[in-house]
Amino acid sequence: MDGRDSPLARAAAEPLAAPEGAAAPAPATGGLLRFLTCGSVDDGKSTLIGRLLHDCRALLEDQLAALAADSRRHGTQGDDLDFALLVDGLAAEREQGITIDVAYRYFATPRRKFIVADTPGHEQYTRNMATGASTADLAILLVDARKGVVTQTRRHATIAHLLGIRHLVLAVNKMDLVGFGEPVFAAIVAEFRAFADRLGIGEVVAIPLSALAGDNVTAPSARMPWHAGPTLLAHLETVEVDWDRARARPFRMPVQWVNRPDQTFRGFAGLVASGVIRPGDEVRVLPSGRTTRVARIVTMEGDLAEAAAGQSVTLTLADEVEAGRGSVIAAASAPPQVADQFEATIVWMDDAPLHVGRGYWLKLATQTVTATVAHPKHVLNVNTLEHLAAKTLEMNAIGVAEVRTDRPIVFEPYADSRTLGGFILIDRLTNRTVGAGMLHFALRRSQNVHWQALEISREARAALKNQKPAVLWFTGLSGSGKSTIANLVEKRLHRMNRHTFLLDGDNVRHGLCRDLGFTEADRIENIRRVGEVARLMADAGLIVITAFISPFRAEREMVRRMLPEGEFLEIFVDTPLEVAEARDVKGLYAKARRGELRNFTGIDSPYEPPEAPELRIDTTRTSPEEAARLVVARLLGED
Amino acid sequence: MTASAAHLSQTRLPPRPLDHLDRLEAESIHILREVVAECERPVMLYSVGKDSAVMLHLARKAFFPAPPPFPLLHIASGWDFADVLAHRDRMAAAAGMELIVHHNAAAAAAGVNPFDTPTPVYTRLMLTEALVAALDAHGFDAAFGGARRDEEKARAKERIFSFRSASHAWDPKAQRPELWNLYNARKNPGESIRVFPLSNWTELDIWAYIAREGVPLVPLYFAAERPTVRRGNLLLVVDDDRFRFLPGETVEPRWVRFRTLGCYPLTGAVESRAATLAEVMAEMQAVRVSERAGRAVDHDEAASMERKKQEGYF
Repeated sequence: MDGRDSPLARAAAEPLAAPEGAAAPAPATGGLLRFLTCGSVDDGKSTLIGRLLHDCRALLEDQLAALAADSRRHGTQGDDLDFALLVDGLAAEREQGITIDVAYRYFATPRRKFIVADTPGHEQYTRNMATGASTADLAILLVDARKGVVTQTRRHATIAHLLGIRHLVLAVNKMDLVGFGEPVFAAIVAEFRAFADRLGIGEVVAIPLSALAGDNVTAPSARMPWHAGPTLLAHLETVEVDWDRARARPFRMPVQWVNRPDQTFRGFAGLVASGVIRPGDEVRVLPSGRTTRVARIVTMEGDLAEAAAGQSVTLTLADEVEAGRGSVIAAASAPPQVADQFEATIVWMDDAPLHVGRGYWLKLATQTVTATVAHPKHVLNVNTLEHLAAKTLEMNAIGVAEVRTDRPIVFEPYADSRTLGGFILIDRLTNRTVGAGMLHFALRRSQNVHWQALEISREARAALKNQKPAVLWFTGLSGSGKSTIANLVEKRLHRMNRHTFLLDGDNVRHGLCRDLGFTEADRIENIRRVGEVARLMADAGLIVITAFISPFRAEREMVRRMLPEGEFLEIFVDTPLEVAEARDVKGLYAKARRGELRNFTGIDSPYEPPEAPELRIDTTRTSPEEAARLVVARLLGED
Repeated sequence: MTASAAHLSQTRLPPRPLDHLDRLEAESIHILREVVAECERPVMLYSVGKDSAVMLHLARKAFFPAPPPFPLLHIASGWDFADVLAHRDRMAAAAGMELIVHHNAAAAAAGVNPFDTPTPVYTRLMLTEALVAALDAHGFDAAFGGARRDEEKARAKERIFSFRSASHAWDPKAQRPELWNLYNARKNPGESIRVFPLSNWTELDIWAYIAREGVPLVPLYFAAERPTVRRGNLLLVVDDDRFRFLPGETVEPRWVRFRTLGCYPLTGAVESRAATLAEVMAEMQAVRVSERAGRAVDHDEAASMERKKQEGYF
């Protein structure tokens, strides 16, 4: 961002920062402004909020009476009202004399309604500040005129900027204690502007005030006639928040819930994240990539002619498309990206540090997936903006790291969309929210693959073949009868005009997996490759039949997770070891028993039978023909 | 309802700019839907008051054309206003929702009542413990409540998704951070969630929304001539013949209305001539006393709400 064009830079010529449009009439849609106040412990933050509430008549008589009583008992202002007590709500906090949690306050003027997130300035509570900042349009940074810009100020400015707050107010408080002197104010503003420029912060409006005495809070100060800018309240009432920014972006609505009261109605409920939608508009449903048109925008008052960012609606679509919670309905002409590897900024919020490589739940909009975080590229020293090396992220650390998800998610960079770019990380054991992150971009290696694949979807390819893709995964001991049954299954399907392909364990070992042996690691790699090939073939619309011993549960589960739900059918060809060994069609058991074959499943390498296979075939009771019939019936029954 | 919904509205409503009530509404609907999508057995605590009325209205909008996919739960103390019970049954039927009424009959049979039992004990037994028992009995894992953050200081710091231990206790220091509009609804064994879709509404917002949407309210919110008794600072309405008078108390007809509804022997009315919504709102703009001032329940002691919440009160 170019600091020379920022209002603060302009204000440098005329040190009293006057916000753009301060003299302009209030916007027609005064609406709702959410802001956050931050400052360190004694900057007078609570006093400022108390003053705003008081002067805007948000305090009622009984609340004032309670405040007066509290002020006499706990207050620090003698007989005067101690506004700080008004916002330090929890008894535990009053005992400790500090604010321990984010609190929300409400007041309104004839022009606007305000929601204030009051966040503690205490150093250890970065997570609270990030929480408050995540929903705020504007941040007030409070500075004590006697102390100027301190570490906390820089920290708060950094976090506000990271969380995407576009409007900053530098409130230089306690001007009464520096004799209402303009040079003090100008020096603080200049120092802060230098820091803001390094961060790339655009707009900063600086206001000199005394929260305690009320100067420049809601009424202009007679004691600071040199301040030509607005009072704090006047600025809050008139600042042009980008209400229309989200509206001007392409349409996106994450699906929260599918509304299906009966067979005649199927609606997709969600909060519009950006853009505008009208009946008839072409939309793409991600991640499937199918396109269709919006049929209706349904509300209890009646159908809408359009819906825009910020509205909770229910859409019906012209075609039956696969969509559910986690899908994103987007403008067909400008859909968001789909990827599974990202770079992100992460704020860590838990006592237990980040475990690199461990799976966490990642929730982004309405999508919940498993994600792992790599070693941080760096952590940010929020005081100096230095990038420091780190092996992990501790409580309150802010770091940049790669994030991988176990399946592709629909996203946008956080700078473009808080909804599709902001995520939380949840510990899978404790269920605590341990981190919050902001996506920067998808790593190129993941980005290209998914995007190209979506142009003609797997569903489209399968539809051309008039079938539903599937992977019939036969697993069982050597000699259990996997290949025999698999062959019969393919013949049956072929006669029924189904497009199939059989991947046989022995055959791939002659080519695709020629370089692999039979150690545990090689067997895992063998199954991974076969799984990937099976997935590609399923993407091509085929019914894939595989016959591999595939002895380990984890690898079979890995392949299952590569495929959409319901497309992986695990078929356990259950033949007792002694029966398979007695058959010994290839003479392998005899060799293994003689010690000529190492790592032979069932002899000196384990077989982990499936716990919940889609189908189990007991070959001591079922003939191969009957088994093949059962498999085909199961497959087509799923259709 | 659904069949007609599928066919209605050939005409489409034209767009209009979103105001702050639209934004609050959209946020609340989003919260209601998140809970239904992520929890197994939600319930809506329905007190029949104006906040509950708005919450129920929002639920109907959130899931239209389906009825809200959870039941309503009313904790009846046995000393509810008769108008409240009638309104409750009417609204549940109109919404097409199951209504569960729970009453601590054992305590009532043991003689617990608002006249003899000290108010904190009465409240704990007939409201707090009754609520906890009802939630446990039905195995609800998430309960919607109509509390607002502007009501009270302890509430101002409570999350929208507020977790309760197996014993329904609230631990204000172990709250999960809530960023953007992402809610972590994952529960540990035995935990349940209280969800507050109206967290960001103020009393004035509630009234403005009721006026805009035509939300039906219990008539007690509007001034009428009612039989009243003055007791201390409270102006009580004699709702039925079980009311017990203290020596020297007499019934006087007065024009009164209520700002908040609880057990009738414990809920103070305010003198008012505001018999229409517009008149009530005009008084609201001028009034200088908070609505909880009319509740005996909250005057017990400082930090009373925080303590009650830790015990399981909404």
